[in-house]
Amino acid sequence: MSGTAWREWLLTDTPHSRMQARAAALYQGWLAFRSNTLAMFGLGILVFLLAVAAFAPVIAPHDPYYQDLANRLQPLGTEGHSLGTDSLGRDILSRLIYGSRITLYIVALVALIAPVAGLIVGTVAGYVGGWVDMVLMRITDIFLAFPRLVLALAFVAALGAGIENAVLAISLTAWPPYARIARAETLTIRNSDYISAVRLQGAGPLRIITKHIWPLCISSLIVRVTLDMAGIILAAAGLGFLGLGAQPPSPEWGAMISEGRRFILDHWWVATMPGLAIFTVSLAFNLLGDGLRDVLDPKSEK
Amino acid sequence: MNAFSKLMSGAALGLSVALTAMPGWAETPANMLVIATRIDDITSLDPAQSFEFSGGDVIRNLYGKLVNFDPLNLEAGFQPDLAESWEVSEDGRTITFTMREGVNFESGNPVTAEDAAFSLRRAVKLNLNPSFILTQFGLTADNVDEMIRVEDGKLKLTTDKAYATSFVLNCLTANIGSIVDMQTVMANEQNGDMGNAWLSTHSAGSGAYRLVSWKPNESVTLAANPDFHEGAPAMERVVVRHVQESATQRLLLERGDIDIARNLNPEDIAGVSGRDGVKIQEELKGYLMYFSLNQKVPELAKPEVRQAFKYMVDYEGMANSFLKGQYTVQQNFLPRSYLGSVDENPFSLDIEKAKALLAEAGVEGLELEIGVREVQDRMEIAQSLQNTFAQAGVKLNITVGTGAQILGRYRARELDVYLGTWGPDYPDPQTNASTFAWNADNSDEAQLTGVLAWRNSWDAAGLTEKVDAAVVENDTETRAQMYRDIQAEFRETSPFAIMFQNIEQSAMSENVANFTTGQAIMDAAYWEVTK
Amino acid sequence: MADRKTEGRPRALFPRWLLRSGVTVGSIAVTMLGLLFVTFMIGRVMPVDPVLAIVGDRASAEVYQQVYERLGLDRPLIVQFAIYLGDVVRGDFGMSILTARPVAEDIARVFPATLELATLGTVIGVAFGVPLGVVAAVRRGSWIDQIARVVALVGYSMPIFWLGLMGLLIFYGILGWVGGPGRVSIFYADMVPPVTGMILVDSALDGNWTVFRDALSHIVLPAALLGYYSLAYISRMTRSFMLEQLSAEYVTTARVKGMSEWAVIWGHAFRNIRVQLITVVALSYAGLLEGSVLTEIIFSWPGIGSYITTALLSADMNAVLGGTVVVGLVFVLLNVASDLLYKFLDPRAK
Repeated sequence: MSGTAWREWLLTDTPHSRMQARAAALYQGWLAFRSNTLAMFGLGILVFLLAVAAFAPVIAPHDPYYQDLANRLQPLGTEGHSLGTDSLGRDILSRLIYGSRITLYIVALVALIAPVAGLIVGTVAGYVGGWVDMVLMRITDIFLAFPRLVLALAFVAALGAGIENAVLAISLTAWPPYARIARAETLTIRNSDYISAVRLQGAGPLRIITKHIWPLCISSLIVRVTLDMAGIILAAAGLGFLGLGAQPPSPEWGAMISEGRRFILDHWWVATMPGLAIFTVSLAFNLLGDGLRDVLDPKSEK
Repeated sequence: MNAFSKLMSGAALGLSVALTAMPGWAETPANMLVIATRIDDITSLDPAQSFEFSGGDVIRNLYGKLVNFDPLNLEAGFQPDLAESWEVSEDGRTITFTMREGVNFESGNPVTAEDAAFSLRRAVKLNLNPSFILTQFGLTADNVDEMIRVEDGKLKLTTDKAYATSFVLNCLTANIGSIVDMQTVMANEQNGDMGNAWLSTHSAGSGAYRLVSWKPNESVTLAANPDFHEGAPAMERVVVRHVQESATQRLLLERGDIDIARNLNPEDIAGVSGRDGVKIQEELKGYLMYFSLNQKVPELAKPEVRQAFKYMVDYEGMANSFLKGQYTVQQNFLPRSYLGSVDENPFSLDIEKAKALLAEAGVEGLELEIGVREVQDRMEIAQSLQNTFAQAGVKLNITVGTGAQILGRYRARELDVYLGTWGPDYPDPQTNASTFAWNADNSDEAQLTGVLAWRNSWDAAGLTEKVDAAVVENDTETRAQMYRDIQAEFRETSPFAIMFQNIEQSAMSENVANFTTGQAIMDAAYWEVTK
Repeated sequence: MADRKTEGRPRALFPRWLLRSGVTVGSIAVTMLGLLFVTFMIGRVMPVDPVLAIVGDRASAEVYQQVYERLGLDRPLIVQFAIYLGDVVRGDFGMSILTARPVAEDIARVFPATLELATLGTVIGVAFGVPLGVVAAVRRGSWIDQIARVVALVGYSMPIFWLGLMGLLIFYGILGWVGGPGRVSIFYADMVPPVTGMILVDSALDGNWTVFRDALSHIVLPAALLGYYSLAYISRMTRSFMLEQLSAEYVTTARVKGMSEWAVIWGHAFRNIRVQLITVVALSYAGLLEGSVLTEIIFSWPGIGSYITTALLSADMNAVLGGTVVVGLVFVLLNVASDLLYKFLDPRAK
């Protein structure tokens, strides 16, 4: 099939199979998404980040672990070290490039676990109501009411130190807000006419929740997740700081920021460069999230 | 140059002038001393319990002791304080102290030999963290009422052996030797705690200051004692504020909101030095930075390997870069300025030599775990060690944790390598000799968890007897030589690689005079300060 | 049988409001019990030794054992928990190892400091965040929307110590517009009688406006910083909620009917997002009340965040438990309040 034939097949008004209909919907979503310049920009940054992570050994000008004490805290634009060097004389740019791998890993894992868990708990509680709601919300409350660090530390303590467990601990502390948001959304839509209509057609609760309530909750969750990205990276750094996350000399961005904190008044770039990296990534996620929202959210269809 | 760029360069100039010439707009009152430091380690201000750095700084200014150091002349050694004079019995086991007349506690009660006896007995009976400083003389809760007694208004202290007098008196200058007001303390006793709970947050001393308040993690406020027997202090009020961050302390100092900043890091010290109205004072402290090799790891127990590690450290590189100005190379277990301390530092970074030693021992492909507290400078030292060890073919994995966590594993003999500091407990060489080079029983069951040699499963290879001999030697020069010999042997054979000695850099406003953090042997003193 | 019937009619004995509040109180109690239990267990699995925290590095094995038994650590876990629970019910949270005083007294000192800061921070966050979010939604895709986005994201991705130290350097160090770290200048410390523990409130009650001004100059920077963070969150969520409403049919209808834009936005769309907004604001307020450890460190603010963290890292479990209970209780109460507000504002949510 040629390109145009594919296009026609995808854009047909009369799909011949379920698969074709679904593919067509996806393609149309992509078209809508593509016309959103900012979202494409965000996607571009993330693709770039993926490329950097994949080709880190090729791109990085130096070994990220190579120390040179005589050459420490060099400013921006130093020859051979365009982003300067850190406290042990390591090249900041190379560390940022290698660090993108760790960052992507953390972000992907947390973003997969926390919102999904929150969505399930929140929508079930909101839709079923009654004692199920009571029990689920009490559990959510217990988790929410905890000071986050206490909870995260406890999980890591139980599971053992390391970056994977740190990610898991962060996810476990991050889901309750998603659950509450999802529940609040569910409460406002569960009595709406169209849900009643679906129910009258004989749809079971599972079907209603997954097919009709989830899509409506997803938009605010996506906004929240994309906003939380930076927070997740920094939370991982916080645990690293307490010896429970990435261990030195790992070039994890958050850990680089806390290392640079001591020099902030005289050697500002040491903490600011990884900060800018986190900012760029979270901006990208946010732009992407806004774009996705428009595509995914049936309520805001034009 | 167009108008816009003129404007911009003008603005940049203005900003840089503002940055470099920040005047001290605010000023602290002339009779008040304001110090920014970290006080979150204080857990009690009872001299029988307190064993932390900043608690020691407070207690030193609240209580008198039998013998004490003159803050302005620390080299002179211990001097009479609440005891006017003392005599040693012929068998060398009993010291009789004559008390100074006319000194009162803050309550107005006179300071007597009874108070002194009570204070020392109380410290032994409470048996809290620092009590070993007194119990090492053979004092126990059962015998202390006979070993410490009052006769004819004089205090008699008897020890189980004839220890060097300088050793006993040096121990009495530690904060556990503080003399408390017996009547006031016992009036506040709860559940037979000998006033421990009350004294943790109050003062009952005869020192230069009394405690106004201790707000945890916030501040300690002291008020001058106008009847202090050495004369009323010039600073009528001293406020010690808890300020965690170096950068914050620096801004407070530059704004003139504090007089002294005690925890500036090397970069911030460089930032404030040379600025108008600010001076830096450097004092050699007693804390040592070291790493040690657990002898339970078979490879580490080989003598060549122990020595090889001492050649794998970039001593000069660290001391001249991220530790600059705050640590000086010291490879011996006695801090400089202690009796018997030596200056010989034979080791330097020599990867080839280390490799040769490892090869000689037939060790290769060694992989070790190092435990470090979550403090920036230690984590950087650990990373530097990781780097140089790797060059010699040793893989080092860093485990970072909180103080209590890492320490717990160290005490349980679980870590391959430990990186940390050690601070002396009292100004006598025995304090470090008895922990680095002494181990009476190396078995797991002995649980000598307070002894560093034991924690590293090292039997101290014959040094134990030499340390025991040195502590009962009464001729000071002979005693000093004994410690020099012990250290020469220790340096070459022990599993401890002692690297640095701490230097405290205090940044203060130029008009502050006579402030001391107590150097290597003492805590801070405020009563001689003027400004 | 008739007797039984009257007996079995709860309505006669318990009016509905009493039943309902009974359920509310019950659920609070259950949450708190769960919270206590989980925290208690955490204290037992933490790899930090509480005994070591008390006896210190130099202690002998014998002293260690003594303290171990004094703390009751040799008893079964469930017995330890029961004893602790009994004490808590009587209002006794035990002694803190680190501060050598009752935990209740410590919390009475640190919590008002956090409460003061978090409340002001939330007020700032709502006052700026909600209008910013609404404007960004209405002018979607415009430059104002983009600026709102960048402002919010900078708040999220620049670590708080970076912004905090830069703020201190500029507004305190160079310009001298605000007071430095700490709650009040040392000359004014302890000048007003502590009633609530919140210096702003206490000095106002005392009529001491000098202290009030001084305290205000100290709180404004950290509060603005926390406000910035909640602004970032609140404005993004507001924008998202508003976009949903603005695309709804009733808005189009209202516009077609010739209703003014102002009335459409604030009268219709905004009215409908109030419930969701309350959840968001309550969550963000609760987050601030937990205490931001780094903000407290940089501004030398003796709040509950650093209190709990320090305690946790030193295994001072009485302090951790006490702090957790208070933070948890505040959170639960905030929740109850926002639930009540829901029902009041949105008849749809039953």
